[in-house]
Amino acid sequence: MARHIRARTAPGPSSTSIRYSYQAMSDTPSATAEMKLPKDFAAEKGMVNVQIDGIWHQFPKGTRMIEACRQAKITVPHYCYHPKLSSPGNCRMCLVQMGMPPRPTPGQEPQRDDHGFEPIGWIPRPVIACANTVSENMGIRTSGELVEKCREGVMEFLLINHPLDCPICDQAGECRLQEQSVQHGRGVSRFIDMKVKKPKNVDIGPRIRLDDERCIMCSRCIRFMDEVAGDAVLGFTQRGTHTTLTVHPDRLLDSNYSLNTADICPVGALTSNDFRFQMRVWFLKETPTIDVNCGTGTNITVWTRGNKIHRITPRQNDEVNSAWMPDSHRLNFHYIDGTSRLTEPLTKSGDKHLPSSWADALESSAAQLKEIPAHQVAIIASGRMTNEELFLARALAAEIGTSHLALVPRVDAADHLLVAADRNPNTTGAKLILETEDPYAGLDSIRAGVRDGSIQALIVLGEDLVTDAGFTADDLKKLRFLLQTSVLANPTADHAHVVLPSAAFAEKRGSMVNLSGRLQRLNRAVEPQGQAHDDWEILRDLMLALSGEKNEAHQIEDIFKVIAGAIPAFSGLTLSKIGHQGTPITETGYQIPLLANERARKAAGLING
Amino acid sequence: MAVVKLQRPKLNFGEKIYFGALIKGFILTMTHAVKSLLGKSVGAETLASSGLGVTMQFPEQRWDDHLPEYYRGAPALVTDEQGRERCVSCQLCEFICPPKAIKITPSEIPSDDPWAKVEKRPLEFDIDMTRCIYCGMCEEVCPEQAIYLRKDYLITGLKRADMVHNKKRLYEIGGTRVGLVNKWNELK
Repeated sequence: MARHIRARTAPGPSSTSIRYSYQAMSDTPSATAEMKLPKDFAAEKGMVNVQIDGIWHQFPKGTRMIEACRQAKITVPHYCYHPKLSSPGNCRMCLVQMGMPPRPTPGQEPQRDDHGFEPIGWIPRPVIACANTVSENMGIRTSGELVEKCREGVMEFLLINHPLDCPICDQAGECRLQEQSVQHGRGVSRFIDMKVKKPKNVDIGPRIRLDDERCIMCSRCIRFMDEVAGDAVLGFTQRGTHTTLTVHPDRLLDSNYSLNTADICPVGALTSNDFRFQMRVWFLKETPTIDVNCGTGTNITVWTRGNKIHRITPRQNDEVNSAWMPDSHRLNFHYIDGTSRLTEPLTKSGDKHLPSSWADALESSAAQLKEIPAHQVAIIASGRMTNEELFLARALAAEIGTSHLALVPRVDAADHLLVAADRNPNTTGAKLILETEDPYAGLDSIRAGVRDGSIQALIVLGEDLVTDAGFTADDLKKLRFLLQTSVLANPTADHAHVVLPSAAFAEKRGSMVNLSGRLQRLNRAVEPQGQAHDDWEILRDLMLALSGEKNEAHQIEDIFKVIAGAIPAFSGLTLSKIGHQGTPITETGYQIPLLANERARKAAGLING
Repeated sequence: MAVVKLQRPKLNFGEKIYFGALIKGFILTMTHAVKSLLGKSVGAETLASSGLGVTMQFPEQRWDDHLPEYYRGAPALVTDEQGRERCVSCQLCEFICPPKAIKITPSEIPSDDPWAKVEKRPLEFDIDMTRCIYCGMCEEVCPEQAIYLRKDYLITGLKRADMVHNKKRLYEIGGTRVGLVNKWNELK
């Protein structure tokens, strides 16, 4: 019988599993001396053979046991372990049984079975899987009486002081303690003493609420703030059952990354003030998409119920944002159904904007644009637009016959982690799509053109010229025609002759390229509010109104297909081929600082993920 | 699964012409007719009928006093001895409700409230009685013993909006319920 050995070359989903079979040793003992053993095969690749629940696998040296089990598709229950953080091994939930080959006496040849593995001598005490690394010929048992008893015992200790808060706790439904209590707990409490009282509902920062009774002292938040956010404000005080998570006396948990602690908290000890008591998580639908608040293009999950967004959490992408995201980006979604949202097309008559139908608004725009010579029309697009929208903006400029097309730069302070100085999410995409080195270059000349009267009409796509582009209200009053597409009411829209309501980032599909040259996909989590339309549809319909010719763009895939044919970097791609993790399409040399930190810690062996 | 073959019953001549059964039925009907005229029909007293048989003269006469202990009427919210609204808006009833009749808007209890430690309560709690099927799943699932199916069965309205019970109406129907587990007291 030839048993298959699964070899893993690299951790993560991209690892390819190579199958080879180790031939049973030949009958002649002399042949065994030259025969290569499984450990030799593995050592050539810097790997070791590990038996997990009876099946042999190969893992790179230095892999933690819990990570090896995860790669072997076996989940070891845990609280304190996080692949992106160091392993203190303090929750004891990941106890497994370990075995090593017995050490031979001097002169004794190690015994080997038919496949060349030494027999495993199982150690009668459990070990934690999160802080121990795999070694050659090691055995791991993730089930069995010993392991199950250990888990039950650990669960019972963890639940001794845990309050029965589940009905009011925001974590209910995604609580590891709840889940593992069902899987591994005993179901009934034998504890008859008083529970230890600790502070509840503690205000430790502007965005985070702490409930110390619920805390199980896994220290994930402490390690995150120390190792990733670089702002070690959390810590434990007291000892034993009275161990209490607290914030430094003179400080607050006010880092721009504080909400990540609520994400990684396995229980409801740290919860988000913004999401607190808004909705139970089991009602929420998850949509994977990307963040548009800066050039990093953080991967996110949008949690919605009906047509309302309730929260945004980071989605793991080791090439972009690891598992984290800044609070400022995470909380910037309330405007989508806010009071200043535009929900219907508006046309100006006299001083007032009046609601209009899409057909009328587009027709009157086209009619007014046609009256103005093409070289006096300028388009100001936005770095927040998707590749598809930018491509159509370029096509619109060609349709009108103007060369005035520019984007509005948006620069703010960068932090040393995820927030990029370029706050436009699609600068790289704009460079590719518009085939220019600096898509922002033409803005100054357009502004000057408006001031000296050589530009009479402006089409402003999703930008506020007064606040962000250095225009004044007087500049805009000079224009004969101003068309604005926008998500929110703004000073530019006040002066616009036609205002068209467009879709927010969570309401549209499309693609963007982040600063490091990764093509990523936006997905629609909610429907556009009111009568708002997708931006690419607005541009298509405007072109249709101008030219009177039908085009073949019925869905966004059609636009992407045209882009793939026209722009070399996109060739061979479709929207669905981009995938949820994105595809690198160009080399920009930009390094996301947080990833550099993470890779350094990984190289130093501090973390595993 | 085993197949059981059943034999059709063999009928004799009398049964085949079913005349005997007709007579039997007629006698039974007449017996009840006579009994009801004499005011002696079953349940005449207990159901407070009009005296003419078991027919209850609704709405002059009501079922209210004759409902069994297990009767499932309109679902309602209850308060406890201390006057605390027991619902903490965990939304499990909203989740379990088969016809999706329940809609809850949660809110935080302000810190100056005597029950601030409970932290959470419903801001709005609507049960759409045009959807409710009186299954009692909400009562079963409630971890706080806050929602009960009471014996109210006369749920009427002139508009659809009348048929939606809001929080105020639900507490009116539910009233106070004593002797429930009270985990939010000092010891928990």
